[in-house]
Amino acid sequence: MVNIEMETCRLTDYADLESYRANLQAKKTENKVITICCGTGCLAYGASKIGQSFKDEIKNQGLEGTVSVKFTGCQGFCERGPLVVIRPENILYQRVKPEDVSRIVTETIRNDLILDDLLYTIPSTNEKVRCEEDVPFYKKQLRLVFGTNGYIDPTSLDDYIQAGGYQALNKVLSSMSPDEVVDEIKISGLRGRGGGGFATGAKWEITREAPGELKYVICNCDEGDPGAFMDRSLMEGNPHSIIEGMVIAAYAVGARQGYIYIRNEYPVALKNSEIAIKKAEEKGLLGKNILGTGFDFSIKISRGGGAFVCGESTALMASIEGRTGEPRANYIHTSEKGLWERPTLLNNVETLANIPLIINKGAEWFYGIGTGNSKGTKIFSLVGKVHNTGLIEVPMGITLREIIYEIGGGIPGGKKFKAVQTGGPSGGCLPEEKLDLSVDFDELSRAGSMMGSGAMIVMDEDNCMVDIARYFLSFLEEESCGKCVPCREGLKRMRQILDRIIEGKGQDEDIELLIDLSESLTMGALCGLGGSAGNPVLSTIRHFKDEYVAHIQEKRCPAGVCKPLIRYYIVEANCNGCSLCIKECPADAISFQGKKQPVKLDQDKCTKCGACYDICRLNAVEVK
Amino acid sequence: MSVNKDSIYNIVDEVVVKHNGDPSMLVAMLQDVQAQLYFLPRESIVRIAEKLDIPLTRVYSVATFFRAFSLKPRGKHNLKVCMGTACHVRGAEKVLDKIETELCVCAGETTKDMKYTIETANCVGACALGPVVVVDNEFVGQMTTDKVKTILEKCN
Ligand code: SF4
Ligand code: SF4
Ligand code: SF4
Ligand code: FES
Ligand code: FES
Repeated sequence: MVNIEMETCRLTDYADLESYRANLQAKKTENKVITICCGTGCLAYGASKIGQSFKDEIKNQGLEGTVSVKFTGCQGFCERGPLVVIRPENILYQRVKPEDVSRIVTETIRNDLILDDLLYTIPSTNEKVRCEEDVPFYKKQLRLVFGTNGYIDPTSLDDYIQAGGYQALNKVLSSMSPDEVVDEIKISGLRGRGGGGFATGAKWEITREAPGELKYVICNCDEGDPGAFMDRSLMEGNPHSIIEGMVIAAYAVGARQGYIYIRNEYPVALKNSEIAIKKAEEKGLLGKNILGTGFDFSIKISRGGGAFVCGESTALMASIEGRTGEPRANYIHTSEKGLWERPTLLNNVETLANIPLIINKGAEWFYGIGTGNSKGTKIFSLVGKVHNTGLIEVPMGITLREIIYEIGGGIPGGKKFKAVQTGGPSGGCLPEEKLDLSVDFDELSRAGSMMGSGAMIVMDEDNCMVDIARYFLSFLEEESCGKCVPCREGLKRMRQILDRIIEGKGQDEDIELLIDLSESLTMGALCGLGGSAGNPVLSTIRHFKDEYVAHIQEKRCPAGVCKPLIRYYIVEANCNGCSLCIKECPADAISFQGKKQPVKLDQDKCTKCGACYDICRLNAVEVK
Repeated sequence: MSVNKDSIYNIVDEVVVKHNGDPSMLVAMLQDVQAQLYFLPRESIVRIAEKLDIPLTRVYSVATFFRAFSLKPRGKHNLKVCMGTACHVRGAEKVLDKIETELCVCAGETTKDMKYTIETANCVGACALGPVVVVDNEFVGQMTTDKVKTILEKCN
């Protein structure tokens, strides 16, 4: 069984690791592996029950030793969870229920029969798809970093080693000087995946050259961006790839101590990274005298308290030092003076997970993927109003249209696409005209949005762009640390103006005022939170000005979202008097008018909670 | 929940020892204390400051800065409604409204019978399922207003 670790021996040199790997591969006896996704999404759909049933069933049917069951991290296609993939054929079963388990084992595992009803069906053609790689959601992806998630048990170091893990570390320590490693990363063109898109190699070089005996490497797994969960999923599903990246980085810049900064709200990521650190230490891949080379590097975990501003490097470091996470002026870069005033390399989870790949396959290979100044792939969380929500990894340069329509399967419910928001609270909303934009760092910024951490939130005609702008402002207002006036006061003022617009009290000069305030924030704020706070506002004004105008001049919310401007109505022709809505209405605003008669809605009592709209199965409630 | 001073001190002391009394682990210590008491009572904050020999204001500022900490007692069941962008565009606001009306308290508050606390989060990292409500560490995805009653009843 792959799940059971081989004897705990320390690996003392390069050859040791390779023979250990060869041993693992030779020992592999089972010919089939059932992988069950146990990422947060699939767990919410009941994956853990299914996992246990599989284990029991395999035992009951006497298949232990020939078939193994493996719990993996998120495989990306969260929308169709719980996912079960049978390897090596990669047969993908989706929306699996506990009662399907024994059928799967009997039919598919024993008799090689495919259970059609569990396969994914392409909605437009009704065609059933057998293998993971043929599902349209996966087809257009290039899952270099994220793909391994589906093959390994995150708590097993052996699994990672068997899949080629720590080979890059071996190569670096045995045959490359730190300068050569830095050069390799520079040549690859890798840019930081956490937000700003700063050249990773250059960052490493600055840290390497900064004077000082003690240096640190920090992995940022705080993921404050609402709507993004790729860091969480990578840390949960493949923690060793990140640790390997960190050790290589430490070797390159000359650090002895590292930190993984994880949000406390991510308990599985915390647990799996703790296990991974411990196992890597036991094997001599981390800690003192790594692989017998005399190189020491250890990693501690630091738990974050969920403050968005800790995405700022200086705030994050303050938080690791046990202080409030307030940013400070960053005249001297943290690469030179960071944690405890010492040179510190701060990289994001996804950036670090790319490192072993670049070392193994070479900088040239990596440079060949992507566009002009954006190399490699990017993981996006594709969420919101789109059919196939989940995590996707695509080469830079793919268009938004391909992502939303081909991978994402388009907009559900026959609704019309309105906008896609990228880059989190610092980014912007892009309209339909921008769908053919090819996605990379520079193209997104040129269009007035940004890559950010990679949240991609799709919105349809039912989303109000003024409401979205207000949403981001109130989010940032709450998260601002309050240290500098433009951010503290400016955000508040902007939110008040948007509140006024939403209440139907907008004034003609409001749009100008919002633009003015956004610009002063950009100029006057101390850190990135305030500095980019205007982006969601500016981009919605730029692309959806007509919606602002409708709110201000016609006192109307075209999307039917802003409460003070909308009303709920009963469409009498559609209503059959089923009274579902009556039971649901908290305000007793709806009354029964007799059997098969349309119900009546009293506008004076209605609190506009929308419960009737949600519950009605006959589209008999309308919002205007 | 009534916890006496001594048991609070005991819990704090153990946590401090676990982290070797290292003041840079303050955030983690507060998290561990809160994990046991569900909130940070005044005594726990005072005790940590004493034990670590750091100013009370520093502990207090950390405890109020991060949204993970609560200085008020919390209910038996915790309902965390995600208000992140992905959940927002799929109607998180409506779900929160409904929970608030059902329980007659606002987000951030606890019901009088100490049974439920409603909280909001900026993203719980399960965006594909939005809108998400985390009920006592269990994720409920694709929430709608009409599912609210069922999840509240399930807490019994
Ligand atoms: S811009 Fe805002 S978040 Fe950043 S330091 Fe100033 S007040 Fe704090
Ligand atoms: S739920 Fe719909 S169909 Fe039923 S009474 Fe209400 S409005 Fe009419
Ligand atoms: S919107 Fe809410 S309050 Fe108004 S009628 Fe419908 S259920 Fe009742
Ligand atoms: S959690 Fe299973 S695919 Fe994402
Ligand atoms: S936005 Fe709600 S889980 Fe991420």
